[in-house]
Amino acid sequence: MGVTNSYRIMPTKTIKVDYLARVEGEGALFLKIKDGVVADVKLKIFEPPRFFEAFLRGRDFRETPDITARICGICPIAYQMSAVHAVEDACGVKVDGQLRALRRLIYCGEWIESHTLHIYMLHAPDFLGYESAIHMAKDHAAIVQRGLQIKKAGNEIVSTFGGREVHPINVRVGGFYKLPARSEIAPLIERLKWGRDAALETVKWAATLTFPDFEQDYEFVALRHPEEYPFNEGRLVSNRGLDIAAREFDAHFTEEHVEHSNALHAVINGRGSYFVGPMARFNLNFDRLSPLAQQAARDAGLNGVCRNPFRSIIVRAIEVLWCFDEALRILENYERPNRPFVEVTPRAGTGYAATEAPRGLLYHRYQLDETGQILDAKIVPPTSQNQKTIEDDLRRFVPPRVDLPTEELKWQCEQAIRNYDPCISCATHFLKLHIDNESVPPGCQIPIF
Amino acid sequence: MQTRKPKLAVWKFASCDGCQLSLLDCEDELLAIAGRIDIANFVEASRAVVKGPYDISLVEGSITTPHDAERIHEIRRQSKTLVTIGACATSGGIQALRNFADVKEFISIVYARPDYISTLAKSTPIADHVFVDFELRGCPVNKMQLLEVITAFLAGRKPNTPPHAVCMECKRRGIVCVMVAHGTPCLGPVTHAGCGALCPAFDRGCYGCFGPKETPNTSSLTTWMGHILHMTKPDMLRAFRSYNAGAEAFRKESEQHQEKMDGQEMTKIGERSRA
Repeated sequence: MGVTNSYRIMPTKTIKVDYLARVEGEGALFLKIKDGVVADVKLKIFEPPRFFEAFLRGRDFRETPDITARICGICPIAYQMSAVHAVEDACGVKVDGQLRALRRLIYCGEWIESHTLHIYMLHAPDFLGYESAIHMAKDHAAIVQRGLQIKKAGNEIVSTFGGREVHPINVRVGGFYKLPARSEIAPLIERLKWGRDAALETVKWAATLTFPDFEQDYEFVALRHPEEYPFNEGRLVSNRGLDIAAREFDAHFTEEHVEHSNALHAVINGRGSYFVGPMARFNLNFDRLSPLAQQAARDAGLNGVCRNPFRSIIVRAIEVLWCFDEALRILENYERPNRPFVEVTPRAGTGYAATEAPRGLLYHRYQLDETGQILDAKIVPPTSQNQKTIEDDLRRFVPPRVDLPTEELKWQCEQAIRNYDPCISCATHFLKLHIDNESVPPGCQIPIF
Repeated sequence: MQTRKPKLAVWKFASCDGCQLSLLDCEDELLAIAGRIDIANFVEASRAVVKGPYDISLVEGSITTPHDAERIHEIRRQSKTLVTIGACATSGGIQALRNFADVKEFISIVYARPDYISTLAKSTPIADHVFVDFELRGCPVNKMQLLEVITAFLAGRKPNTPPHAVCMECKRRGIVCVMVAHGTPCLGPVTHAGCGALCPAFDRGCYGCFGPKETPNTSSLTTWMGHILHMTKPDMLRAFRSYNAGAEAFRKESEQHQEKMDGQEMTKIGERSRA
């Protein structure tokens, strides 16, 4: 979106939004514009700290999936998956066969509900100019209804195999507590077939939206598996040569504590900010998508590479389509295992896991003693990894647009943040948008409020 | 006759967002709700914020910062009816585990620069700060109960959310008792109903995410757990010290096990929760 500058003097404005809406959690943005240049940008996270890594110490290894789920009500499965895989790694156990497939299945359910919430209820209103999906429903009732029903289908996978949508109770170290008989899942299969068709419609619809021209050169980081689109396994790779195992994460990434945020900022050692999430997965794993999802992506104009975060709404839609495909594949081959879990005996040691949460890479590390008590825990959520990249985007996004009417610029900045579906509850939390323009010649101040 | 739609606001304090998400998880009912009430302030879902006062405020999360301890009073002033939703808002949530430790040490475990962090020593429920009209329990709340509460307040009647034990729901569903039949420790006898006996239905013991029922006999249950199921004291301590650790009945019971532990076990737990 080109913006012509008709002023000789770069305009100066102060824009302030007290609470960034349609994100999960509490955050603010502070943006200082000086002579048309972004002088400072801070994504402030006010979400009160909750100290999970501290109180995990002294807890039992079997409690990790239930406790860490409480970090985020939107993506509890991601926390449960990273927790069980890290703990099993520490105990030297590998879960395979149907149980492994069902972990992928329940993750499909979470990606569907979380992505669809974002596509239809948090992100789409920006593209169509509505304050919320409820406002949007007045003019686009059928579209919003379709989104709600797709989300419901994802939630049904989670509640069938997890017990409930938020903080599921059926995931345990070693597998599950109880699994349904094959006969019980027939209605779910029918619903997912409808969902797959509706997801294809979502991709086509998302491709018709209007996107600002904002291609950036990012370092994308995601898991990569030899055969599958990644959920729980694979190596951490990037488009700039990173290729490591999950257990090497700490040697390549550092979390920095900055004053303006209750969330830690993660950086790749020696290179700085990086990008995790649907777009990173898509760019690094296009060849692992199902033929249906690949074709839908091509038809939507994405030939395996997407560098414009505004287009992430299409990428999420493609991942939702792929999730329905994958969930149906798993359910069609489903046989109830003889036992819903494998025994896991604790031992002293450290375990590592990185899995793909809806918003990107989620790293867990636990150190256990011989009785299975947790001595130390480390959790790096996706939004803290994207925080620096979000700030970088705003630095580049704002300068060509400083002449826009204040309200419009404010809204576009919010949209640029929402591109990442930031989950501030995870990264800790409170989005306030505060754009401050200073250093303009006296008399040129344009008071906005 | 009242023609104005009642105004609903949703507020967030320290929490995971899961309880307010439950409202968006009402996929079949959401647009009908929006037709009957004015969703005037729900920042997670909408940029549009209609000014107060509000007919009903749903409050998620616990009070953990000095700023939030002030903010809740302003929300109370703007709300005709204030309903707290979920374990964080009704008991302090899992972050109330700090109440049993030294928060300064907690900060130093998680953050490199403790001086950047502003937090209170304790995580407390909303009712410790302002008058609360109704508390809806659960970690997370049951979305059907959430709909019931909203409906009841709009109709001017008391919500129908029974305060009896999970055991009652379990028996009604005809589930075989996991504790009696399988020897699985279960907090069902002392835990507030509302989930529909979810965990026993999945062959696991209840872990108390709805907090204590009214008049819970926790000491009788722990006698059982110790004598019949041979649960250790640290395990019993952890059982009561989780998502509703700050609820009075669970807090008192967990403190019993801390006091009763012998010196060696005390040191072990103490070291680990502080280390």
